[in-house]
Amino acid sequence: MTAGASDLLLQVDDLHKCFGDQVVLAGVSLAVPRGSVFTVLGPSGAGKSVFLKCLADVERPDSGRIHFDGRPLEPDDAAARTDFRRRCSFLFQSNALFDSLTALENVALPLEQTTGLSDREIRDRCHEALRQLDIENFADRHPSQLSGGMQKRLALARAIVTRPELVFFDEPTAGLDPLRRNAVFAMIAHYQRQFGFTALVVTHDVAEGLIASDRVALLERGRICFEGTPAEFSASDHSVVCGFRDSTAALGSSLGAIRRGESHLPDDI
Amino acid sequence: MVSWLGRETLRMVSGLGDYALFTGTAFRSVAHSRRLGRRVIRAIHEQGTLCLPVILIVGVFTGLVLGLQGYYVLNRFGSEGLLGALVSLSLVREMAPVLAALMLVGQAGSALAAELGIQRNSEQIVALETMGVSSHGYLVTPRLIAALIVFPIQTALFVAVGLWGGSLSGSLLLGVEPGVYWSSVERAVQAPDVRECFIKAATFGLLTISICAYHGFNAHRCRSATGARAVSASTTSAVVFSSIIVLAADYVITSFLV
Repeated sequence: MTAGASDLLLQVDDLHKCFGDQVVLAGVSLAVPRGSVFTVLGPSGAGKSVFLKCLADVERPDSGRIHFDGRPLEPDDAAARTDFRRRCSFLFQSNALFDSLTALENVALPLEQTTGLSDREIRDRCHEALRQLDIENFADRHPSQLSGGMQKRLALARAIVTRPELVFFDEPTAGLDPLRRNAVFAMIAHYQRQFGFTALVVTHDVAEGLIASDRVALLERGRICFEGTPAEFSASDHSVVCGFRDSTAALGSSLGAIRRGESHLPDDI
Repeated sequence: MVSWLGRETLRMVSGLGDYALFTGTAFRSVAHSRRLGRRVIRAIHEQGTLCLPVILIVGVFTGLVLGLQGYYVLNRFGSEGLLGALVSLSLVREMAPVLAALMLVGQAGSALAAELGIQRNSEQIVALETMGVSSHGYLVTPRLIAALIVFPIQTALFVAVGLWGGSLSGSLLLGVEPGVYWSSVERAVQAPDVRECFIKAATFGLLTISICAYHGFNAHRCRSATGARAVSASTTSAVVFSSIIVLAADYVITSFLV
């Protein structure tokens, strides 16, 4: 799939970010088509979460350019940044729900603080979001009283209640079992189609990421080393892509070697 | 040694600037903070209602002790009739603003620092920022406004129960005529004393709550610890700094107003 400039919702050019001497992003460039599910794959420590936080304006990149809906996001352009934040949402790996607020109050928070809607309109919008995510019956519960899956759905309800054009998902399946991982990716794909937002997901779950995405990129050591469709990713003979894609098969051969006493733990663990 | 001194001085100056910016941002956020009234009322409840028992208890005992000590000192000079003046002026000008502020730091300030520290650790503060919500405006501004209202009220209550405690020990236990005690109170306390009391209370409220909020809000920047220990360290330093600042500011304000 190739996209013209007007079809691109987010465009990133040559993004750099360092923490002291540690280079986390070393010139990342990416183009996210409007209305797509775009997944950035990569091993732990590759800089995925930092990349996402730079895009979501949580971390300030050292250099590089970000264009949202054709408009550059300059560091000193407060109006553009505010507009960007209002049109985006971020779903955190930890969900980042307010534990002292009920589910309903959590969902209502962004509407109360960023819109001029009346209390009644806010309540209706929140109940609608909770109903669409099948957690309306738990509106009065606190996050700690909900299961992990429900908390994830609640975080998604809070993310979509403002009707964003772009939703960032930071490791949405981290720490979940395979069934829940599938459910979360299915949920992202389902609601992305239902609400029409663009989803930018970072994850290290290759199989689920490939199935649920329209486009994928592989981030390795602060650089994008592959970008394309899931089919292109599966067919790629790029060494890093192969290593990441075929990690399960590699695990089998490593374990076999360890059991036969021919090998020890991999050096890059 | 010299480089260490220079580094620490620079760190202190930078920290002071950062704190001033933090407090300034919180006040600037009043202009574009939505539904601020509800959060101010909630903060008033946290700093006011929940801290009221400790204020009343400490106030009564302070008054009782002042009554006892004052009586034995004044008795040496045959001036027991001035007990009301001694208790009231001690409370109004000095003890009530300082002790009420220290009690509020211990209860509301430490709770605020810990709450913000946990919210920082669990990414709730970053989440607010990604929603386009001012984290200063949402979390800090209502607490600062509430402090400007609550600290003077709590101080006034401290004075009231302290005077009552003084009359208990002076009149009920030591035999000073209640009429003499209360008329001495009435004659002694003048408008400038009350003004000084409220100026101190509001200043202490602003300083302590902003310091506690600053430490909790920046728990992730703690140099000596991370995670839960960083929250614990930032809460401890919030209470210690606030307590020192109360005493230092008390000296400065007193020297200007006396």
